[in-house]
Amino acid sequence: MLLKDRIVWVTGASGGIGRSTALKLASEGATLILAGRQEERLHAVAEEIRASGASACTVFAYDVSNQEEVQQTFKEAAAKYGRLDGMVNNAGILEESLLSTLKHDHLQRVFSVNVFGTLYHMQMASRLMMRKKQGSIVNISSIIGSSGKEGLSVYGASKAAVNGAVKSAAKELAPFGIRVNAVAPGFIATDMTGKLKEDIYRMRMGSIKMKRAGLPEEVADTVLYLLSDLSKYVTGQTIGVDGGMVE
Amino acid sequence: MEQKLRTIFAESLEIPEERVKDELEYNTLPEWDSISHMSLIAAIEDSFDIMLDTEDVIDMSSFGKAKEIVAKYGA
Repeated sequence: MLLKDRIVWVTGASGGIGRSTALKLASEGATLILAGRQEERLHAVAEEIRASGASACTVFAYDVSNQEEVQQTFKEAAAKYGRLDGMVNNAGILEESLLSTLKHDHLQRVFSVNVFGTLYHMQMASRLMMRKKQGSIVNISSIIGSSGKEGLSVYGASKAAVNGAVKSAAKELAPFGIRVNAVAPGFIATDMTGKLKEDIYRMRMGSIKMKRAGLPEEVADTVLYLLSDLSKYVTGQTIGVDGGMVE
Repeated sequence: MEQKLRTIFAESLEIPEERVKDELEYNTLPEWDSISHMSLIAAIEDSFDIMLDTEDVIDMSSFGKAKEIVAKYGA
């Protein structure tokens, strides 16, 4: 098993890519901390993991974009486990808006979760990982962060910010044995992408060379690779999982 | 607690324990730079089994200050 006895924190673990990632990591021996706002759904995922016979997991329900709540939760986790081996920053929101109709609230909401929340977790996770001088942080970015798309300026900007944070943090944390990478999914079939308008959905499918949407499990496979020792010399990278998206 | 903290400082900064006095300040010797500061914080947290607030990580600017901060956590 690639993650035997490792403690891995997954935000946004209640659905889509987060849930699939949690199930995958648990099947590889990881002890999981499932985090997010939707407590009931997190417990359902935890139950699913237990039922599969995989390692135990802990649920922490909190607002990932609230720095105080993040710090407090990490203190609780530190008291319980004393260390952290992996951090998956998956929590994110996707909302579309044309620039001409962009409102401050929209900017605030998307950046709070996608950027601020990710950075808060990178900060606290890296501090816990420093204790053992090892760890791997994986941020879930998006193809939109590098290629862009109409109606997704704010979302794209937030994911480009995540990619930038990965580059710098990888350099800053390498002396501590901590690797930092990102996975940039293309069009993946999840609840979040299911909310896209029909015309945007059609346009997106037309740009995928493999002619199908990706599966959350396929993103989870890449997260597993980045958390495991298979990628022990890989840091500062953003790896696309997009079926050959052309733009 | 003070002696334990002094040993952590000496080991993390790779300096003799005799040099670890209250007046020892961050960035006043090459051994205590931003990178070693984070190693020091990690060693303190691990040894005392605490997790410091971010403000305290920033405020830990001398050995004397570190004693005050660690004491605050009941260590």
